[in-house]
Amino acid sequence: MMGGWLPITLLAVPLLGALLLLLAPHALRPILRTYGLVVSGIALAPAVLLVVTFDYGRAAAPQFEVDVPWIPGLGLRFHLGVDGISLPLVALTALLTFLCFVYLCWGRTRDSGPFMSDRPRALVFTLLVLEVGMIGTFLALDLLLFFVFFEIVLIPMYFLIGIWGGEGRRGAAVKFILYTLLGSVVMLLGLLIVWAQAGTLDIEALTAAHGSGMSRSVQILAFVAIGIGLAVKTPMWPLHTWLPDAHTEAPTVGSVLLAGVLLKMGTYGFARIAIPVLPEGAAAVAPWLGAFAVVGIVYGALACLAQRDLKRMIAYSSVGHMGFVLLGFATLTPVGTNGALFANVAHGLITGLLFFLAGAIKERHHTADMPSLGGGLLARVPRLGSVLTFAAIASLGLPGLAGFWGEMLALLGAFQPANGLPRGLFLTYMVIGGLGALLTAAYFLVMLSRVTHGRPHDTTPQPLPGTPAGTPRPDPIHATPDERPTAPAASSGRLPATITLDPSTGPPDPRQEDITRHELLAWTPLVVLTVLFGLWPGLLLSLTTPAVQVLLGAVS
Amino acid sequence: MTTFPLLAVLLPFIAASAALLLSRWPHHRTTTTAPRDPSPGRSASGLSTPGGSAPDRSAPSPPTPAEPTPAEYPPAVPAAVPGPTKPTSRPHQTVKEIKAHPTAEAANQRANTRAAWLAILPTAAAALVTIWLAWGPGFAFLSDGTSTSPPTGQTYGTIVTGGIPISLTLQADNLSSILGVLVTLVALAVQIYSVGYLKDDPRYPSYSAFISLFTSAMLLVVYAGDLLVLYVGWEIMGLCSYLLIGHWWEDRANSRAAIKAFLVTRLGDVGFLFGIFVLGTAAGSFRISEVLAKVPEMSTATLVTATMLLLAGVAGKSAQVPLHTWLPDAMAGPTPISALIHAATMVAAGIFIVARLFPAFQHAPPTLDVLAVVAALGMLGAALAALAQDDLKRVLAYSTVSQLAYMAGGLAANSDTAAIFHLLTHGAFKALLFLCAGAVIHHVGSNLMTQMGGLRRELPVTFVTMTIGFAALMGIPPASGFFSKDGVLLAMDDALSSSVLTDAAAFLLYGCALATVAVTGAYAARAWLRTFFGETRAVALPEPEPGTAHVVDVREAPRTMLVPIVLLAVPALLLGFAGEPHLDLGVAAISVVLALLGAGVVYAFWRSDPIADPARLLGPLRGPCERAFYVDGLYAALFVRPVLALARLVVRTDDVVVDGAVRGSGRSARGLSGVLRLAQNGNVQLYVSGVLAGVLLIAVGAVVFT
Repeated sequence: MMGGWLPITLLAVPLLGALLLLLAPHALRPILRTYGLVVSGIALAPAVLLVVTFDYGRAAAPQFEVDVPWIPGLGLRFHLGVDGISLPLVALTALLTFLCFVYLCWGRTRDSGPFMSDRPRALVFTLLVLEVGMIGTFLALDLLLFFVFFEIVLIPMYFLIGIWGGEGRRGAAVKFILYTLLGSVVMLLGLLIVWAQAGTLDIEALTAAHGSGMSRSVQILAFVAIGIGLAVKTPMWPLHTWLPDAHTEAPTVGSVLLAGVLLKMGTYGFARIAIPVLPEGAAAVAPWLGAFAVVGIVYGALACLAQRDLKRMIAYSSVGHMGFVLLGFATLTPVGTNGALFANVAHGLITGLLFFLAGAIKERHHTADMPSLGGGLLARVPRLGSVLTFAAIASLGLPGLAGFWGEMLALLGAFQPANGLPRGLFLTYMVIGGLGALLTAAYFLVMLSRVTHGRPHDTTPQPLPGTPAGTPRPDPIHATPDERPTAPAASSGRLPATITLDPSTGPPDPRQEDITRHELLAWTPLVVLTVLFGLWPGLLLSLTTPAVQVLLGAVS
Repeated sequence: MTTFPLLAVLLPFIAASAALLLSRWPHHRTTTTAPRDPSPGRSASGLSTPGGSAPDRSAPSPPTPAEPTPAEYPPAVPAAVPGPTKPTSRPHQTVKEIKAHPTAEAANQRANTRAAWLAILPTAAAALVTIWLAWGPGFAFLSDGTSTSPPTGQTYGTIVTGGIPISLTLQADNLSSILGVLVTLVALAVQIYSVGYLKDDPRYPSYSAFISLFTSAMLLVVYAGDLLVLYVGWEIMGLCSYLLIGHWWEDRANSRAAIKAFLVTRLGDVGFLFGIFVLGTAAGSFRISEVLAKVPEMSTATLVTATMLLLAGVAGKSAQVPLHTWLPDAMAGPTPISALIHAATMVAAGIFIVARLFPAFQHAPPTLDVLAVVAALGMLGAALAALAQDDLKRVLAYSTVSQLAYMAGGLAANSDTAAIFHLLTHGAFKALLFLCAGAVIHHVGSNLMTQMGGLRRELPVTFVTMTIGFAALMGIPPASGFFSKDGVLLAMDDALSSSVLTDAAAFLLYGCALATVAVTGAYAARAWLRTFFGETRAVALPEPEPGTAHVVDVREAPRTMLVPIVLLAVPALLLGFAGEPHLDLGVAAISVVLALLGAGVVYAFWRSDPIADPARLLGPLRGPCERAFYVDGLYAALFVRPVLALARLVVRTDDVVVDGAVRGSGRSARGLSGVLRLAQNGNVQLYVSGVLAGVLLIAVGAVVFT
């Protein structure tokens, strides 16, 4: 029970911060920007402390536990704890929220965008409540508590999209909340089945029981019900269509948290509840889960290949990446599950970064439509272009960066799935997944080519004929490549006048601003962690491996 | 000593990281002065960022019509750019701009200089380390494979995966120590050469950093003791290749070539990774030593599956049929890159990995047969394609495909030493050829051989060194290529009588190899004649757009370019004597005669009409050869277009069907509620009637059912 105050603090700080906003609105108004930053910074501190003081020797068992009766009549307990699976996600959540506030705190000062200037108090409040829900989901060790936090997240995210979103925000927000609520209802049914059959809601006890006391058919039923709820959140193909709309319309911080944390809640549910509590159900459903996962990988990649909108493309790329995560879970092996958990964290970092970047581009160009962006980003804003290149390469799964290990281990898991699963089927999944990885590389490189390469002067919105056909094809090139370095002076000679240094040519184009300081501050931790986990995957894997072996104890 | 492999890998890696982080450092210098001027100031400072990778900033002052003369600053003359003085000659510029520019330019120069040091010194240090490592075993791998000294190196920890762990082992054995030397020396030559070649390129810092990263990744492949660690280096090389081919990304064609290179190699790499899975799972370990130890216990089916999958990766990286199409397009990158990656190192990685896991391949005869057929087709086809190209670099690119196929053929013929020996000599002479081609292109301002000619008088040094390179390529004694090619041919000759390959495959391999010798002689002679002999065809190049071309008005390339060329010419000429030349006079005589025959035919054609292209001797074959037998078009039609069509179909399906179902359910729910709403119309009479009707129904029901 030692150190149980840490999880409590993690939840209490943002919650109190949000409440204070309600109680003392006028006193806080002038310092609103700093306020959010400070509160999320204070919330980050216990998360860091958690990472530092975590006993890595016993990563399998929950630590820092809090277990007090909540609703005694129903046997509900307020049970929190951290183990090797949830620790990275808790830290990721606290970090991403903090980085979002960093981004908001200094950003937009000169831009009268609809963001911090529009209901800033509500925005800070929403984000803090969101943080409570997200961290709580990862800390909860009680089924109903998990569900409560899982649901708490939906409301602030709904408002985040619905109030501060883009033009189609209302529809996207309604679709988001209805879709995910529908999923949650199904999940709740599944949780209730477990409760009714096993008689307890305590996740630790249920995990230790390994599904004993529940017949196979009940387990399958419960797994399907819980799985559907989680799959909506993950999202798994074909339950993903809320995601592109939500991402496209959400404000930058909304997209970052949505991709970086919210999707993880779905996959975390598989690792925390569905698979360990219902091992027989998992074994029965796993081939189906794997099938949906690989379809999602390929489908997401193909959808990305023909996208015009940058944010929408990144959203669909999440469908593909989450496919790898689900495939890893579906193998029911320690390797695959490890891979899934690794890919989870890596996706949070990398896609979070990608959405930050897409937001920055959209902010500068007022559009995320790739043909309208016109290319040449590396020439106009070289640092932004470079970071975008980095993020895209990380996301396509280059070894040496975080994106690779998760996908590789998921595929390795599929190469040799758990006993009892059809090996031939999973080999097929592995091959399809591998081809999906190739397609992933294809759409990211095509995106880079469209957005960052080319001459900067074709910025005029040019609706390409038959727009999807405007995708640059990796055509065979028979023309002689021009060896001459046209770079230095030539292109500058052809640049539009606004880009010259002469102040007399008119007001400077605000789009030309490269990475600003607050952006750099917000993005650097993500870049550093991506490289760190890529070069030393053992950091995460040594954390998750013992926990995974406990979770899969009954399956393998 | 045991840490040397790690040191060799880390040195260029750290250099790359440092160079990448520092490449934009001078930016801060100008931003600090910016805030004085409110909004234009910010943009100006944002624009004039010197170290930035943008071409528009920091470039040596875009020449405007008001500029004095472009000749005042020939871009590539070393130390001829008088940075700070230039902008003062621009009357129309504001004071602010004049202030901004010298800083920008000087900072750019400083950044480039610093990047050059950051690139060259660590590479040189890594070269020393690798030479030290190779000093003990020397050429032991080539002389005889039996003396196996224990590898130098150590394991730096294990990564648990929940299954088979990954061990971070870096070690140098006989094979990797000589390859390490090749890699670092060629990389060093290329780094030095690039200083002159990309002197005024504002993106030189990132360029040299990518070369350092590439060197590091290749050394990781060479020294890795674990298959998955090897795969990391293997893929990072692909990335560096992508970044460097796309160095001049202003031109979308370069960008497309970069994408193509990455994707085609990655297609192979997917297979490669699965091959690693098969081998590792069968051996219970990803450590190369343990995998090789378990090879005799593995079933043939496992080994054939594994090696076939690995072969996909080999074909991708080493540009073998059917994944060879990326290499000629990769010539879109700067020429030094072609020398480094696409001739001497990265493409060699595929051959290296087969040699590294050679016992596994030896126990899988069907794979060797496939390798032999692939090599046979590749070497002859690529040589024919090389004969018809007009672009000098594409000639060399196809020649690389062809020569790599020789090595693959040597491996298929069960001689890893001959293949590796050819890999070494080829690394030297092909790097030399590319660097010479770079000097020629640098001089002429064009890749096309139709615009070259008579250059031997203008570029004497390049002429001599490139002649050595071509002699080595053709296999003319005493150049290095003669000995190594002879070794490979000898191995193929032996394969005819041994039972390693099936008879058909062995005959095909040997026949194609001999034919290729003749064609190689032909295309090498053609390139040599059309470049250095005859009339100077480029009468007067149209004055290039200011700054577009690297045209120099000195006779030879700058010294930073010439020194590496001359130094590379030495091993290209003499390396053949290093590895205990085991000559077979008969085979040697045949190959020299064939090469001279090919060269002679070309010479005869060229002599009859020096202006016309000797490629006309191909007759009707010329078209297909020039287009490399239409493989590119075939792939585009078979794969690229269907995938893109499928992608569009998916987007439409997603909108209409998948999301349509969602929207449809939403709509139907609303429709249903609309029906129900009819009942809730606020009319009390209706409600009362409803209640009465209900009561009646219940009453009737009660009466009827009880």
